[in-house]
Amino acid sequence: MNDTAQIFEQGEYNFAYLDEQTKRMIRRAILKGIAIPGYQVPFASREMPMPYGWGTGGVQVTAAILGKDDCLKMIDQGSDDTTNAVSLRGFFEKTAGVRTTYETSEASVIQTRHRIPEKALREDQIIVFQVPIPEPLRFLEPRETETRKMHALEDYGLMHVKLYEDIAKNGHIATTYAYPVKVNDRYVMDPSPTPKFDNPKIDQMAALQLYGAGREKRIYAIPPYTKVKSLDFEDYPFEVQKFDKPCGLCGAENVYLDEVILDDKGGRMFVCSDSDYCEERRADGHLGPMAADPAAHQFGATQAEETAR
Amino acid sequence: MYVAVKGGEKAIRNAHKLMAKRRRGDTSVPSLTLEQIAQQLSHAVARVMGEGSLYDETLAALAIKQARGDLIEAAFLMRAYRTTLPRFGYSQPIDTAKTLVERRVSATYKDLPGGQVLGPTFDYSHRLLDFALAAEEDGLEKPAETARVEDDSMPRVTDLLGDEGLMEPDPVTDEDAPVGDLTREPLSFPADRDLRLQNLARGDEGFLLALAYSTQRGYGRTHPFAGEIRYGEVEVEFFAEELGFAVTLGTIKVTECQMVNQFKGSAKTAPTFTRGYGLVFGQVERKAMSMAMVDRSMRWQELGEEPSAPAQDVEFVLSHSDNIQATGFVEHLKLPHYVDFQAELDLVRRMRGEWFEKRRQEEEEGSAAQEAAE
Amino acid sequence: MSASNATAAPLAAGFQDPVHDAQGCFRAIMNAMARPGTRQAINAGNLKPPVPLTQVTAAIALTLFDYDTPIWLDKPLMASDAVKTFLRFHTGCPIITEPVEAAFALISTPESMIPLASFNQGSAEYPDRSTTVILSGQDFGSHPAVTFSGPGIKDTVSFASGPVPPVFWDQVIANNRQFPRGIDLVFAGQDALCALPRSTRILKAEV
Repeated sequence: MNDTAQIFEQGEYNFAYLDEQTKRMIRRAILKGIAIPGYQVPFASREMPMPYGWGTGGVQVTAAILGKDDCLKMIDQGSDDTTNAVSLRGFFEKTAGVRTTYETSEASVIQTRHRIPEKALREDQIIVFQVPIPEPLRFLEPRETETRKMHALEDYGLMHVKLYEDIAKNGHIATTYAYPVKVNDRYVMDPSPTPKFDNPKIDQMAALQLYGAGREKRIYAIPPYTKVKSLDFEDYPFEVQKFDKPCGLCGAENVYLDEVILDDKGGRMFVCSDSDYCEERRADGHLGPMAADPAAHQFGATQAEETAR
Repeated sequence: MYVAVKGGEKAIRNAHKLMAKRRRGDTSVPSLTLEQIAQQLSHAVARVMGEGSLYDETLAALAIKQARGDLIEAAFLMRAYRTTLPRFGYSQPIDTAKTLVERRVSATYKDLPGGQVLGPTFDYSHRLLDFALAAEEDGLEKPAETARVEDDSMPRVTDLLGDEGLMEPDPVTDEDAPVGDLTREPLSFPADRDLRLQNLARGDEGFLLALAYSTQRGYGRTHPFAGEIRYGEVEVEFFAEELGFAVTLGTIKVTECQMVNQFKGSAKTAPTFTRGYGLVFGQVERKAMSMAMVDRSMRWQELGEEPSAPAQDVEFVLSHSDNIQATGFVEHLKLPHYVDFQAELDLVRRMRGEWFEKRRQEEEEGSAAQEAAE
Repeated sequence: MSASNATAAPLAAGFQDPVHDAQGCFRAIMNAMARPGTRQAINAGNLKPPVPLTQVTAAIALTLFDYDTPIWLDKPLMASDAVKTFLRFHTGCPIITEPVEAAFALISTPESMIPLASFNQGSAEYPDRSTTVILSGQDFGSHPAVTFSGPGIKDTVSFASGPVPPVFWDQVIANNRQFPRGIDLVFAGQDALCALPRSTRILKAEV
């Protein structure tokens, strides 16, 4: 089952796996998504050779846009070598034979789950998001028939009530990821389960953003340089998570950090979630406070060694 | 070509190797042949063909073998293969009245034209483990006589009732109207009966069984009678444009269930029984019956009933019946989520900090007030 | 190939490399839609479609049309059996006569095109079910310029294309005011194309 190997050479499957009819159907949906920023376009999502919920939406979007000259970067949790990123990258290497990279700046297409690279994306790049539940109102109203009406009427009162109740109950808006945004002053949209730390990046982003939800059969998009506002209140303005420490390995500040548990005595370190960003900084000579720590050394050295291969 | 390589790739490759080894099991035991699976695990094969939405016994047997008997995984393999196949067109509707019947039972009549044909069934068997099977050797068993009925005078029970005006007529539909296909257009609501039936036919047997059961226990009761369940072979025809007539592509085995449900009527129309319909690949009677019951439940609106139960909730049922979708999303929780978890960790820590701070302040104020009072 | 023998000519070929030609063409259309008013080069290669279908328009058709997309053609295109045969053979698209049922509309003589409001505008619940209108034979030269702003545009962009009918830009402004409903436009030139989605705000030059 795993052996999509040699598929590309054997010609049993089309370039990038999908047949041309399916690509056309997805391409048309992408164009509508771009023309109506933030609106979820229904599309006849196909069964893919990986499970629903594991990136089938992103994979279908990537397969529909990818050309043989593209260079693909595949990340999950900000990192290129998480298991599913490895698996999905392998899928495109095998079925499309495209060049792949770990370097954000080298990629023309970046498919991601849960993160946006720290380095600002350029106009000539496209970022494809894997989306589990595209409907931002779904957890407030489970019925598609109802949420569709709300979007049509631009009736987002329910969402504001929910956020306000959060504040009343917890003193905070208790949404830390998949934080809802309003696109181009019209549609409320789910930016996929990226931490809200990444929300400012999707506002006025230079790159085209495409979002694919395979199981839920929706595609949506944010064109470059589009206004994307995280929902908030005047007295409770939107704010992102701040880390009080820099990255333990490269010393980067104002980036998203992963907490790594080092032992069972409370030892932990914080390191860049964007592994490519971290490695590039270290290669440039930046050192974090824990870079010399034996535990951290082991962690960092593994990464460096692997990169060298 | 530059290909980035890291540890994850090796781990995945090894995991797959290990999986292949586990699948094969002890190599001193002969490997299963696809024929053995297709012949001896025919119920599993039928289920995988139905939920995999692809009629091919050999491929289903292969999928079961590859999936180590995990039938949902096997159905998933079938679906993923199915999407890569070119589509030549749509077959003509099959005519189940012309089924070469192997089994046909009706619970609503003692006897009826064409007769009751018990055929192969677990019904009326005593569920005692048959230790003789454990000791079975090849070719020892004599095949039983096949109860196949070559008689074409086996009208459907619903047609018999219909002749008397007792059964609601099949809804009149435009023959040329396109039939919905949820593999081509995403499901949208309200969903017509064609799409609902397609969804149920591909749906999970266990999910439909539980829903059907719930209607029997009062969650949207429909008073069903098993009007007829028939199992057998039926021809599939394809209209060839260039020939100008339909050609037979082959035969498939199907189970059809027609439930006869509580009558309805109004000042304008005389009371009749109402229909619930189930059709599945192979001999999967449990699912055909469940499908017919859930189909009937979802028809509440057209029959002027009040919705009150889960089985009547069309959007709920259709959105959750597909086990390939369901298993993917449930199991995706195995993927790393540490980035989002980190965001949650941060918030919970912050909120706990604030909570303890608030309590400390309250205690201080409390003790200060107490001191002042003393 | 001249206009006179176009209908008599054998069926013109489609993309030489259907997979990669369609992909390249799609990326041009996608980039155009994502960056309204910018010109995207399109390599229509060796396409020799029957007139009045142009190379770029034919490439767009081969990229986006199929069995699932009802196509509306303006009079000169509709009058050409060679065009209809070309489109049907290569894409399988149904050719329809009601503009409001069209997924795509092909316009060969934009100067006399029917009003944009004749096409499917989509619904409030499904704004994606609208027509995309493709104007062919466009040049992006000395026509009255309009200014675009909105999604896909960093600040503003100046845009000129023609031929278009006299009241065209008023129609487009009215169309885009209906956002999220409304049609999307593709301007097909000689070897490039531009697009204008419904999300763009349009400012006409002061007269």
